[in-house]
Amino acid sequence: MQKVSVKCEDIRLAYGDTPVLKNVNIEIRPGEFFALLGPSGSGKSTLLRLIAGFNQHQHGRLLVDDKDVTGLPPWKRNIGMVFQSYALWPHMTVWDNVAFGLVERRLDKRTIKARVGAALELVGLSAHAGRRPNQLSGGQQQRVALARTVVIEPQVLLLDEPLSNLDKSLRVQMRQELWSLQRRLGITTIFVTHDQEEAMTTADRMAILDKGVVQQLGTPAALYDYPANAFVAAFVGTMNLLPARVSRRQAGSLVLHLDGLGEVELPADPDTPTAERLMLSFRPHSLCVQAADAAPDARYAWLPGIVEASEFLGEAMRYRVRVGSHSVCVDEPHRAGLSAHEAGSAIGLGLDRTQVRLLAH
Amino acid sequence: MRDLSLGAIGPAWFRTVGPGVWAAGGLVLAFLLLFMVLPVAWVFFTAFVNADGSLTFGHFSAFFAQPLMRESFFNSLYVASMSTVFAALIAVPLAYFTVRFQFRGALLIQTLGVLPLVMPPFVGAVAMQLIFGRSGTVNLLLNQAFGFTVPVMDGMNGVIFVEAIHYFPFILMNLTLALRNIDGAMEEAAMSLGCRGWRLFWRVIFPLGLPGFVAGASLVFVKVFDDLGTPLVLGTTNMLAPQAYLRITQVGVEDPLGYVISVIMIVFSVVAMALSARALQGKDFSTLQKGGGSIQRRRLTPLGAVGAYGWIGLVLLLTLSPHLGVLLLSLGTVWSFSPLPDGFTLAHYGTLVHDAGGMVQNTLLYCGLAAGIDVLLGTAIAYLIHRTRLPGRRLLDSIATAALAIPGLVLAIGYLRFFGGVTIPGTDTLLTSTWVMIMLAYAVRRLPYALRSCVAALQQVHVSLEEAAESVGATKMRTIRRVVVPLMAGGILAGFVTSFVTAAVELSATIVLTASQSQAPMSYGIYLYMQSVAGRGPGAALGVLAVVVVAIGTYLSHLVVARTGAAAAARPPADETLEPLPFEVSVASATPAAHAGTVSARR
Repeated sequence: MQKVSVKCEDIRLAYGDTPVLKNVNIEIRPGEFFALLGPSGSGKSTLLRLIAGFNQHQHGRLLVDDKDVTGLPPWKRNIGMVFQSYALWPHMTVWDNVAFGLVERRLDKRTIKARVGAALELVGLSAHAGRRPNQLSGGQQQRVALARTVVIEPQVLLLDEPLSNLDKSLRVQMRQELWSLQRRLGITTIFVTHDQEEAMTTADRMAILDKGVVQQLGTPAALYDYPANAFVAAFVGTMNLLPARVSRRQAGSLVLHLDGLGEVELPADPDTPTAERLMLSFRPHSLCVQAADAAPDARYAWLPGIVEASEFLGEAMRYRVRVGSHSVCVDEPHRAGLSAHEAGSAIGLGLDRTQVRLLAH
Repeated sequence: MRDLSLGAIGPAWFRTVGPGVWAAGGLVLAFLLLFMVLPVAWVFFTAFVNADGSLTFGHFSAFFAQPLMRESFFNSLYVASMSTVFAALIAVPLAYFTVRFQFRGALLIQTLGVLPLVMPPFVGAVAMQLIFGRSGTVNLLLNQAFGFTVPVMDGMNGVIFVEAIHYFPFILMNLTLALRNIDGAMEEAAMSLGCRGWRLFWRVIFPLGLPGFVAGASLVFVKVFDDLGTPLVLGTTNMLAPQAYLRITQVGVEDPLGYVISVIMIVFSVVAMALSARALQGKDFSTLQKGGGSIQRRRLTPLGAVGAYGWIGLVLLLTLSPHLGVLLLSLGTVWSFSPLPDGFTLAHYGTLVHDAGGMVQNTLLYCGLAAGIDVLLGTAIAYLIHRTRLPGRRLLDSIATAALAIPGLVLAIGYLRFFGGVTIPGTDTLLTSTWVMIMLAYAVRRLPYALRSCVAALQQVHVSLEEAAESVGATKMRTIRRVVVPLMAGGILAGFVTSFVTAAVELSATIVLTASQSQAPMSYGIYLYMQSVAGRGPGAALGVLAVVVVAIGTYLSHLVVARTGAAAAARPPADETLEPLPFEVSVASATPAAHAGTVSARR
């Protein structure tokens, strides 16, 4: 099958006076599994519906397979969409639901039969063809919705929060199924989610949206390791943010002043913001913990802290530690026999300088 | 200290069925048996036995042997079917307009929905004759201008016309609701698969709206099939309901043909309702998801707008014509062979002051008592169903709801037969000659309405609300008084008002059961006045009065329902942010909540 690309060029959309998408530029590569991640109201669903043809943008171009589809109605786009509610028609059987799009394409009966059969086989529901949607479980309904969409062999597959209506236990399984199905079919796939774990585990690349603006675009690892701003840092994984003031800039490093904690020297690279006020951002697991009176290891920058609370996560003990006037999360890898630091006890927090990222305040 | 663990396994009162529950269930059952099941069963029994008590189908063969009866049977079928067809022709485009297009008439169409509740068809029937009859306003003007007339009010046409424009809102409301509940994604999924235009309508929208249509249409069919007042007022007596009434009143309570007709009517009612229930079974197509939108609203093309507004204008004119006609009639001096009354006067309202005081009092008395009984029974049944494990509690619900399928005429005939000859203890007064019968018939007929309201009201009171009150130390009685009753009050009141206003315009049972003029409620008064040409003015004035009373009542109940519904629907926003507690959270209850300086994506 021909794999196609999807390009959003400077797309703007507003409902009345309310801007929903502001100059969105995204290029999705042929055959890619691409995630649109963002909180509710970020514009991610609007963008998806725009690609499907249910919304029309006021400015910019939308290219599918390098052809501008702006203004084309949904029924002329050959873009398949799986809805959050699945939108299975309750008055039709599973078979009729899946056959619907083929009937609309006026295909002959034998072709329809063969293709519907194959699509149901693909999602493992051949035995349920005669049932009604309301006789199926949530996971089965989702598979029917998927079969109904892929049976027309769309150029692009759109998934709107595909896992949000499923039980938590089923989500991981369906996530993996979606991924392997996409790899098998090779259809360029865009899915919308507000769950960062879902996006990170499945997507080849992802875009993070907030307030109608693409905050960052890249592979899950790149977004996790190098968040472009505080919003992305907050949205992908758990991140500690500590405000700081720049005391001195030197070649290859800079010295930061932390309120009530003194100065820390950190390496700087060309993309470090030039502002006077910065945020130190670091993951809970990039810190090491030891008793306050233990000898400090010079490879780390040490901050004194007081344990406020602890949560046992299994693989780690997560401490909430007061550092100066702020509170940070620290994960200490857990092994059997390791005892937790008591609440109220003084500890030292070792900051791995290479794992700290400086963001604009 | 109270044992708090009790709440975990459910309150004790739910697990056992106490004597109070048995007594309540027994009383409700006794009422339903005595005033509904047995009288109706008696009607069936009478239709199938000879004078000597032996079983027979002879009455039925006698019925179909009479040409008049055969004719009446087919006429009733014809009128009910045609009324349904015409009602559908009016209602379906209106429903589609409101749901599909961006358009200002939506509120207007909603208002149309309450009109048949406000004024039953028999009140407007005479006025309709004066407007659309052979020598009515429209035909006089048509004849003058173009030299032809339209026979819309001749014979059965008149009944069909009046019933269709009164009852089409039942289809309109049900269908609009069904269409509105279709998830917009249903349509979008079809569009993205290549479907559009008419095919989209026929393959997706229409099938999803069909259950709503069937529900409304079967209701119209039953209402028309059972209606006694409209054919009587229009003088079309060769139909089933008028024939049953005439047999019972003229030949006597012993005449078996009246019972045969009753059985036929009730069978048709039950079959129509069963068919619609069957059609709707497992087809709860209201697929609208939380947070999802309805189907797309489109802008009307200029031509479409002209068509839509034209249609709405026409329907509105037709729908309001009986109301306008009644108003004109009540204010007119003489109105005959002229487009409008010859002059205007308030004399008819003056007549009412003299004559109708008793009728208004009677209506208030009967309907007030009936509605009171209804909410009492409704609350009891609702409570028995949802808060106790009384064996057979579902049966009470089924019996009470089955009252919907019993025509007023049949219930009244059943009362006359079943309670015939019974005297009030200690006196020589016949029970059937008192107004108590009228009141009880109202109560039974309107019980399903009150029951629905009460059940809905109780369902809003989640059991955990009661358990919460009990767990903080309130006794059962105080829980009911401080939690359950205040939360249910709105629903109970709405049920009372609905029962009251619909009983106020009930005619079928009233005509049969009213034994003397002094007992007559307003609905009977209107019917009586309308019988004579001289009485039309005062009759119409009484009709206006009834409409005003009913309209106010309907509005009040609407207000109550809207207010309590809004209070119950109030929910905090989904993605709320919680302010941190104003004190240090202790270690023991460490929460994973975001804290100053730490941000987490676990949302």
